[in-house]
Amino acid sequence: MTQGGCLVVEKGNTIAVRSSDDVVRVRQAVRARAIEAGFGIVDQTKLVTAASEIARNTVDYGGGGTLVIEIVREGARRGVQLTFFDNGPGITDLKVAMTDGYTTGGGLGLGLSGAKRLSNEFSIESTPGKGTTVTLARWKL
Amino acid sequence: MAEIPVLKIGDCLLVSIQVDMHDRLAMELQDDLTNRIVSERARGVMIDISALEIVDSFIGRMLNNIAAMSRVLDAVTVVVGMRPAVAITLVELGLSLTGVRTALNVDKGLALIRKAIDDPGGVLGRREG
Amino acid sequence: MAEGHATIIPQLLADNEQTLLRDWMESQKKSGALRGGQISDAELTEASRRLLAALRSGAATGQFADITAPAWDQSRTVLEDVSRSHATLGLTPSETATFVFSLKEPLFALLREKVGKDPDRLAHETWIATMLLDKLGLYTVETFQKTREDIIARQQQELLELSTPVVRLWEGILALPLIGTLDSSRTQIVMESLLEEIVTSGAQIAIIDITGVPTVDTLVAQHLIKTVAAARLMGADCLISGIRPQIAQTIVHLGLELGVVSKATMADAFALALRQLGKAVVDRGPARQEV
Repeated sequence: MTQGGCLVVEKGNTIAVRSSDDVVRVRQAVRARAIEAGFGIVDQTKLVTAASEIARNTVDYGGGGTLVIEIVREGARRGVQLTFFDNGPGITDLKVAMTDGYTTGGGLGLGLSGAKRLSNEFSIESTPGKGTTVTLARWKL
Repeated sequence: MAEIPVLKIGDCLLVSIQVDMHDRLAMELQDDLTNRIVSERARGVMIDISALEIVDSFIGRMLNNIAAMSRVLDAVTVVVGMRPAVAITLVELGLSLTGVRTALNVDKGLALIRKAIDDPGGVLGRREG
Repeated sequence: MAEGHATIIPQLLADNEQTLLRDWMESQKKSGALRGGQISDAELTEASRRLLAALRSGAATGQFADITAPAWDQSRTVLEDVSRSHATLGLTPSETATFVFSLKEPLFALLREKVGKDPDRLAHETWIATMLLDKLGLYTVETFQKTREDIIARQQQELLELSTPVVRLWEGILALPLIGTLDSSRTQIVMESLLEEIVTSGAQIAIIDITGVPTVDTLVAQHLIKTVAAARLMGADCLISGIRPQIAQTIVHLGLELGVVSKATMADAFALALRQLGKAVVDRGPARQEV
């Protein structure tokens, strides 16, 4: 996911993402780490919003899962990396799922594509029947 | 469990969202507002989001729903107090608030509602979309 | 390098701390380490004492090859502090590294005194000492560079902020005269300042003037469009002014849609803004001298 260089994890923590209360907790936890990493208010907001989108997906479509929040460093730059795991039904067609407006649940369909736009790094892996992993990161400019 | 208070000012309803809402609360707010628009015969709904640090697509959907429902009930919805960081993020997210007018603060919001109610076909009919 | 072989350096450092400190201070002062008063005697003594103590605890582990290991954390911290304060004082990296290298003289003298009779032994010990101090000296140079880079980055940031002033033209009307190229980081700062000022001043209309922007390409246009969209979401309107004829042509050729009213001059935009706010400039008869 990163180009060259080696990614060093400075610190991290894990949160359960199982209910809508957890989504609120995710927002608070990500905000705290973003502040710790020295992000300005706009970068904080973008990261937390992206996290909120994916956390929601994890609860609503993934049957609940886990989030790992890490403060990372690659060379001179520092950032926050979020990894969401779930063992849900997975996504059959990733390409379609990543298009704006695509939704199976009556939402605005911006979850995945929106989160990607708000992140500097974004990757998603999904196996139907096994689960989904979404990794996103934002760097401090 | 917190409830979100809905105030009445003249023929307007004012909601000030102070907490980081979880889904249940957002749904309750939608229902509550729709009921009150009818019961109070409100012509305007003002949603103050100046305390919200995050507006994601779920909250965006809620705002759009409230606007759509109030339009069907012939009421105008205005969202006020959006924070700069939130506005910048929403633009990046690609979220558009359809049928939602916006104003800087409660004062301007009330003025906007007044104008929209008194002069519906007017020149300044602000962006719906 | 005989890493496994015993070395007397840990013992040496432990037993002779005071002597080493004294001799090292003398050697440093002789070579002008106090920089004619820029650095106080107390400061230098304290830094030297701290480094010696850190070296002693590091050496006690017997591991001299890898200075990034935990054994040398304390030493690196001391050197980082010294580097940082030197960088702020305007010293050169060499001068900072000399702080470490100057320890060699008293240390080698001590080694010669203890094992001078055994040339092989002396060579071995000297090698270990010099390797360690070389690595630490180089580390100070690296830290020094990093500090300088941080200072420069911070100054650049401050410069950026200074060059994007938002002006209150009239009650409810803001102007943002943009000068120079609009790159990503600059635009973010600009956007934030404008939006913050809209909140603070309660402005209804913001005029973004691009007279000073040399070229408008798709990227620049995107930045402008995003700023306008964000302002709208907050409840304010935007106008763009300063569109030169060439820029107008470029915009059309690129098929860009700004989505906002644009004017050639700030004056035109200001007049439009006044109209939108229901205000007018009135002619009060012949110009009078206000005394």
